[in-house]
Amino acid sequence: MLKFYNKYENVIQPLISVFLGLLVGSIILLLTGKSPVLMFNALLKGLSGFDANREVYLNLRYFGEFLVFSMPIIMTGLSIGFAYRTGLFNIGAEGQLMIGGMIAVVIAILVPLPSLIHPVVALIAAFIFGGLWAAIAGFLKAKFNVHEVVVTIMLNYIALHVTNYVLLNLPGSDKARTADYLPTATLKSDFLTQITNGSRFNWGFIVVILAIILYWFLIEKTTFGYSLKATGFNKEGARFAGLKVNLNIVLSMFIAGGFAGLAGAIMALGTYNYGRIITSFENFGFDGIAVALVGSLNAIGILFSGLLFGLLRVAQPLMQSQLIPKDIAVIVSSSIVIFVAMQKGIKIFITKVLNRGVKS
Amino acid sequence: MSIIVRMLPISLMIATPIMIAALGGLFSERSGVVNIGLEGIMMVGGFTAATVTVLLQNNNPDMILIAPWIGLVTAIIAGAVFSSIHAYVSISLKSDQTVSGTALNLLAGGLTVFLAQIIFDQQRTATFVRGIARLNVPFLKDIPVIGEAIFTNVYPTNFVAWLLIIVSWFFIYKTRFGLRLRSCGEYPQAASSMGVSVYKMRYIGVLLSGAFAGLAGGIMVLTQDIQYTVASIHGIGFIALASLIFGKWKPSGIFLTSLFFGFSQTLAYFVTDISFLSSMPNQFFWAFPYVVTIVALIIFSNKTVGPKAAGEIYDEGKR
Repeated sequence: MLKFYNKYENVIQPLISVFLGLLVGSIILLLTGKSPVLMFNALLKGLSGFDANREVYLNLRYFGEFLVFSMPIIMTGLSIGFAYRTGLFNIGAEGQLMIGGMIAVVIAILVPLPSLIHPVVALIAAFIFGGLWAAIAGFLKAKFNVHEVVVTIMLNYIALHVTNYVLLNLPGSDKARTADYLPTATLKSDFLTQITNGSRFNWGFIVVILAIILYWFLIEKTTFGYSLKATGFNKEGARFAGLKVNLNIVLSMFIAGGFAGLAGAIMALGTYNYGRIITSFENFGFDGIAVALVGSLNAIGILFSGLLFGLLRVAQPLMQSQLIPKDIAVIVSSSIVIFVAMQKGIKIFITKVLNRGVKS
Repeated sequence: MSIIVRMLPISLMIATPIMIAALGGLFSERSGVVNIGLEGIMMVGGFTAATVTVLLQNNNPDMILIAPWIGLVTAIIAGAVFSSIHAYVSISLKSDQTVSGTALNLLAGGLTVFLAQIIFDQQRTATFVRGIARLNVPFLKDIPVIGEAIFTNVYPTNFVAWLLIIVSWFFIYKTRFGLRLRSCGEYPQAASSMGVSVYKMRYIGVLLSGAFAGLAGGIMVLTQDIQYTVASIHGIGFIALASLIFGKWKPSGIFLTSLFFGFSQTLAYFVTDISFLSSMPNQFFWAFPYVVTIVALIIFSNKTVGPKAAGEIYDEGKR
């Protein structure tokens, strides 16, 4: 038993955290006189459209919407995971996402380009701008040894206000939204909408798949990725070994910010056809922290945990319609983060219990 | 001049929760634990204060004046209890302090709105009859100009904040407790070798930060709002963090930077009335504290300010 646990620790630990998170959610629902069954029903319905009352077993529209919500969260998960591998904590994915989304909106409205090229240009710009925004924190860390956590927190709020300012001042904007995009810029697809029974599922998924492959390839298969990991393990050691530690820090933040910027662009161009002017964070970036940690910082892990957190998001309105406060989903996801943070303690506990089992 | 007199009371009102939450952050970071969960703790404090106030004031005219103060006391307790999650996870289980702080921020949004739906059947608390009552300070209000701007028709919580600055300064710099607390944030192994319990001091630091931030959240909702909503705290917890850093982790610095940030936030409301600023966009003033903090961090970077061991997981074996 203990051997099995030690071998698959990377998979078992996150699963335990998810289980405990759902348990906390269920207990809180029970304590407040609501049925946890309804919460799980809503999660199931969010996944597949399953609805026992109406004898619907599969409705691809729900599945499509579930993917729509998962895509940006997977991307921010990749963003935080990538920086974490270099020993950097990127709390700034939220702001990088907004900057990426903003630049995509600007290009979608102001720059006339032929279709196909238009969204690609917008995506590349989102990667670069999100990356540069994050690279500010990387540069300050490398040059002045200023802690990236504080800088990225501050950059989040600066991004929020910068984004609002820019979008409000685009031609045709009102207080809540910008003008419609030029039709060439969209990532929406009639074909994908049709096969998912009318959901907003869009070409953004190709970007997500490419990003997952890029993440895996860079981290696992290149010397660049290896030197990033070495920097993360032991900065002084890496410097002693002749690695360009400072450059690695800036580059790692740039790529991390690029992933988050793409998340913003996918949402902006795929889910909507106008830019939204929002006054507070939507927490896609913060969910990314949970996704990266639950996914054990590897590409496939982040894919699956991103899907899990996407599900917790898309199921929220479904919970509300069953008279369960939708915020229970937020409680579940933040509890999962706490349990992931407690991993060391949980590990000691499990090892103790399993050892006792061996003795008796 | 008259516009300054109009702006000053609002600046002080906005500065108060920033100041108190930043003091909370000071205790935590001085003990060696970074607490980026201040925002979340403030949300819990604000929700608790609003809920208690609403429930006590409901159909009970005798309670209208006293209820907000009881609300603040419960907010202090709620803040401390909520921060104990951070304390346990980051001190006892030695987990990453940034992760557990972030978890507090995420959890607070979900938890408060969830409870609001259970208690009030809506996404926010009910509106309270009256928040904290303003008062005129006798004698001081008669001082020309200052009396009108600072001591007339003013929230007494402003003075609570100033008092806490002095009390915190005294405890941190003039008592044995303060010396021990600071030593845990500078060089915990050395503190431990002198018989100081690092775990205990860090627990005290984090729980104090929770109590302060809870109070700050309560004051913020009961002076600036009519009810608690998920947007009630809107980033002030992070401005408090900025104020702590910009104030060089000192009570006097926190006092000045909180006033400064309170003033700069107020400017955003008044900008259209001030001719030479009216061309500046509102967003500039909203973003200002965050930009200033990054600049301050760069300026401080080659000096030794701030607790050296803050953010580091305590390891007894390390030299």
